[in-house]
Amino acid sequence: MGFTFAEKLLAIKASKSEVHAGEIVTVSPDRLMSLSASTGIVINLFYELGVKKVKNPSKIVLILDHEVPAQSIIDANGHKMVREFAREQGITHFFDIGEGICHQLMVEKGLVSPGELLLGKDSHTTTHGALGAFATPIDATEMACLWATDKTWLRVPDSIKINLKGKFKPAVFAKDLILKIIGTISSDGATYMSVEFQGEGVSQLSISDRMTVANMSVEMGAKNSVFFVDKITKNFMKRFDKKEYQAIYPDQDAHYERVLDVDINELTPQIACPHSVDNVKKVEEVEGINIDQVFIGSCTNGRLEDIAIAAKILKGKKVHPYVRLIIGPASKEIEIAAMRKGFLETLLQAGAIIIPPGCGPCFGAHSGILGDGERAIATTNRNFKGRMGNPKSKVFLASPATAAASAIQGKISDPRRFFDEK
Amino acid sequence: MKSYEFKKDEAFIKGKVIKLGDNIDTDIIYPGKYLSLLSPDEIKKHALEGVDPSFPLRIRPNDVIVAGKNFGCGSSRSQAVTCLKYAGISAIVAVSFARIFFRNSINQGLPVIVSRDAYQKLDDRAPIYIDLLKGIIKSNKTVINFSPLPDFLLNIILQGGLVPYTKEILKGNINK
Repeated sequence: MGFTFAEKLLAIKASKSEVHAGEIVTVSPDRLMSLSASTGIVINLFYELGVKKVKNPSKIVLILDHEVPAQSIIDANGHKMVREFAREQGITHFFDIGEGICHQLMVEKGLVSPGELLLGKDSHTTTHGALGAFATPIDATEMACLWATDKTWLRVPDSIKINLKGKFKPAVFAKDLILKIIGTISSDGATYMSVEFQGEGVSQLSISDRMTVANMSVEMGAKNSVFFVDKITKNFMKRFDKKEYQAIYPDQDAHYERVLDVDINELTPQIACPHSVDNVKKVEEVEGINIDQVFIGSCTNGRLEDIAIAAKILKGKKVHPYVRLIIGPASKEIEIAAMRKGFLETLLQAGAIIIPPGCGPCFGAHSGILGDGERAIATTNRNFKGRMGNPKSKVFLASPATAAASAIQGKISDPRRFFDEK
Repeated sequence: MKSYEFKKDEAFIKGKVIKLGDNIDTDIIYPGKYLSLLSPDEIKKHALEGVDPSFPLRIRPNDVIVAGKNFGCGSSRSQAVTCLKYAGISAIVAVSFARIFFRNSINQGLPVIVSRDAYQKLDDRAPIYIDLLKGIIKSNKTVINFSPLPDFLLNIILQGGLVPYTKEILKGNINK
């Protein structure tokens, strides 16, 4: 019997010749990512351990992205605490407010590479599987202990294989693909699992697409998800000088708990309806429901490709007068690129509001909280009750194309009407 | 409100059931707008506020949450465990847990128990008794067996969580 990606990578990190699903191993991660004002909790717990200096400052990344700029004195004091800690501890991988969302920055700045083990204090840390890394979320307590000891335990997960075949039709995107998969597997169908994306259909997915899919894999319970290194990954990694990395592939005869085949030819625009991410329907089934707000952004869909699609659909058109359209680029680099390409101007002319790179609207903290009884379409990753700040509101999750089309119509709209058939 | 402090070789919990449903997510347990709060005494005031804003006031010391499947799905926010623990919750029994929440609970020394029977058989506000080491839940009406956590994880809980456990490692009292 061969080995899965998770078994191979964790064997290397545990310095063992082989490990098997179910086994508990002690590992020293390659990168420890912590973010937002709540890193203050990690700092407090770290000092509670009685340690003065972090064991390995070069592994630690600190990013202020959730409350940008600070929305309250509490946020501001949290940010201050993290900045001061970074200086005191000599942590050079520190990114202040406005630089971008943690998952985007890690990839843009070359802070995660194929074959690495990344632990992050955010559930969407699964995103980094897009580059062939093993990336999984942990909590503040564990992060504090890792700063002190540089070691933790991981259970080697069982694996699911998702075989992708076929080609995307116009107006259908990676977001529709992952929504369809979550709807099929359910919100706990991949709990504790390593999800491997394989098959001929993978080669049409850009790194941005893979990040969208890997990001949302946690919404079906996955511990991590992964796309294997291919031409697209290698080409992407070229932008980082002298970067060496390890490409890890599963064996042909590895054991999978479940294998799922997905035919992308059959895929149409998908939407997750309130209040759960696995309540997925075809957009055409819920077309016509009035909406009050549209948010295009977040670590799931705030990249240049996403903003480009929104600009393409909204060019020369207007956002419906009853709708607010909020655009949140996932990083400063994306924001600058979108500005240079004229996308931001197109969107502003159409009636959009551009907010600084950050997480605010997605997790309901600021910059887009909904009123009582209001409905939003968001390109984000969660639509739990109250997710966008108000338990009396409703959130639908869809692709940037569906979101942009709906912003024009003032109601949930199938984006295919805005695309020419090829 | 501190969590249970366990004695050596025994780990009992006595409390009353708070019954919740399936897919209790982290935004219901601890809404995102409070994520910048750092002090557990502030954090605990918002426990399960997403279920009902008056919920934090209804939690009594040593209450045990008994829930359906996929408890704690969603975010990795440690506050989702902190708020429950400091509000007085002494253990969580569920049909299944989301991975991050399960790990998060162990790391903060809040016992987690997987049991389908408990969800089917225990009523809201029923007084129960749990033996974590033997894997037994008792109420006036029923006795339920569950698989105790592996020793390694149970040991972290009995120490009070990963921070006290790691302190012992750093002192050289535990060989990791």
